[in-house]
Amino acid sequence: MTQPTLGSIAPRPSPMTTGEILAPLQRMRPLLTWGAILAAMALGLGESRAETLLNVSYDPTRELYRDVNAAFADYWTRQGHPAPQIETSHGGSGAQARSVVEGLGAQVVTLALASDIDRIAQAGKLPADWQSKLPHNSSPYTSTIVFLVREGNPSGITDWGDLVKDGVQVITPNPKTSGGARWNYLAAWAWAERNGQDPKAFVGQLFRNVPVLDSGARGATTTFAQRGIGDVLLAWENEAYLALKELGEDQFDIVVPSVSVLAEPPVAVVDAHIANDDQRALAEGYLNFLYSPQGQALAYKHYYRAWDASAAAPEDVARFPKVELVDIAHFGGWAKVQPEHFGDGGVFDQIYVPK
Amino acid sequence: MTGRVTRRALVQPSPMPGFGLAMGITLTMLSVVVLLPIGALLLKGADFGPANIWETVNRDRVWAALWLSFRLSFLAALFNLVFGVMLAWVLARYRFPGRRLLDAAVDLPFALPTAVAGIALTALYAPNGVFGSVLASLGIKVAYTQWGILIALVFVGLPFVTRTVQPVIEEIDREVEEASATLGASRLHTLRRVILPMLAPAALTGFALALARAVGEYGSVIFIAGNIPLVTEIAPLLIVIQLEEYNYDAAAAIGIAMLLISFAMLLAINLIQIWSRRRIGYV
Repeated sequence: MTQPTLGSIAPRPSPMTTGEILAPLQRMRPLLTWGAILAAMALGLGESRAETLLNVSYDPTRELYRDVNAAFADYWTRQGHPAPQIETSHGGSGAQARSVVEGLGAQVVTLALASDIDRIAQAGKLPADWQSKLPHNSSPYTSTIVFLVREGNPSGITDWGDLVKDGVQVITPNPKTSGGARWNYLAAWAWAERNGQDPKAFVGQLFRNVPVLDSGARGATTTFAQRGIGDVLLAWENEAYLALKELGEDQFDIVVPSVSVLAEPPVAVVDAHIANDDQRALAEGYLNFLYSPQGQALAYKHYYRAWDASAAAPEDVARFPKVELVDIAHFGGWAKVQPEHFGDGGVFDQIYVPK
Repeated sequence: MTGRVTRRALVQPSPMPGFGLAMGITLTMLSVVVLLPIGALLLKGADFGPANIWETVNRDRVWAALWLSFRLSFLAALFNLVFGVMLAWVLARYRFPGRRLLDAAVDLPFALPTAVAGIALTALYAPNGVFGSVLASLGIKVAYTQWGILIALVFVGLPFVTRTVQPVIEEIDREVEEASATLGASRLHTLRRVILPMLAPAALTGFALALARAVGEYGSVIFIAGNIPLVTEIAPLLIVIQLEEYNYDAAAAIGIAMLLISFAMLLAINLIQIWSRRRIGYV
């Protein structure tokens, strides 16, 4: 500071006083303050990775994983591990899978469709045989598609055949953007096959009765329940029960069709995003916990059809009626169904062709 | 020596200091924030090839969505042009209690997450909503129809015209109007021949901004549109649907089509602006 600074004309004869030294700093104080605030905001953008687990899941599992995360954190610390920090992200299954493919650092994915996790496997983030790693096709819980109708079932809807009647309005999300809606579509297809109807024509007729195509399952539930649109909502069974619980049992009834689908929402560890052995243990422990009696009980509690009812409350298990369930293998597996029905120009696109 | 001369002819030193630094920062920012993403989109399209792009876009469903998006965006921007100018006039010219509050409220559509706006509008205009139930008894459906999309687009585009026109109105000297009046012009005549021409360039800028905003709007529209293909499916939704299928090329193709149409429309608006400036001779 004894050297002349740029722009000063004469060298200073004496050492500067503290006030003189601090003066430029004083002038810069607003700048420094703002700089510090911006830096703090920028740092906040980064991710911290210590003992954390990000579970990227689909739309209607919010309530389930809120409970699972709390129960698992408790279980994990009792096993002598440090308390994990578990976060879950929810959204349309396809969009969630795409985020992971494009770099969202999920250690665990719990999505609606095996084809969505296949997509992540194709990007090289987990092995192609991921589905054989955990029991039951890596699906710790299953669900099916049921109808939610208005109280007293004023439109008299009892089975899939009633959905194509004139004047019946059906609410379902768009199969192009929602995993759940693909199950809706396939369940209708399966019913038509069993009842001697042309499935393609039947499904086409059904979708012509759809006044609003939401992008996700939760949006469709809102449209039906809160906005009062439509006579029947095609919904995940867990979503239908949740709507009953949250919005009042006196407003809606659940109708179980004669045929439906066995939806197996699978789970997997994303190997490419595992930072170290501790995190792998955590991720695997988390998924295995879903299969434990305690995890299974939580699945039952949140209206999923799970496998092991040993620790579940009996009324949670007893509420599910028996339905004839058709699984995805019946349609030839997702690798075949996805492009044929829901791909660009596929059967679903052909429904919406101008006449 | 010659090199020096050409250089000087090419870049004339500005009398204002800091040109080099300011221009450098501007170009860098513009490249990183605007040009890179658009460049990436065009590159993706170039990979895909013009023939494939045309094949993707030239389908009834895509044309229907593009027509819907641009038609409703244009109508919404037109609505905002008329009522935005009126709103700006009221805010700039009159003094009344609550004016500042009203002035601040104009910016709310900017601040509100569009999804929130979409859900709120849907809740209001759904057949069981506050407005929707009244309209439904008259046999009018708003939510889940094209009217619903229009309302959402009007909402998100509202501040643009008002905010571009308002400062211009504040700058207009009262004397100009008084002069017009003393020369015997009626109020309507003054408005038409004196005020509006002065507002036109700013209003057109606001119109263009509102239009551009509406064309790209996704968040709010998606809730209030029924999203039925060929009827209420907007072009941005088609892009999202293609992405859901991991069909990045087709998504880029529709994106490029929207970009080209937007560019053509903004160019046309700019030409109108230049023409109006020439005709009026100032501003």
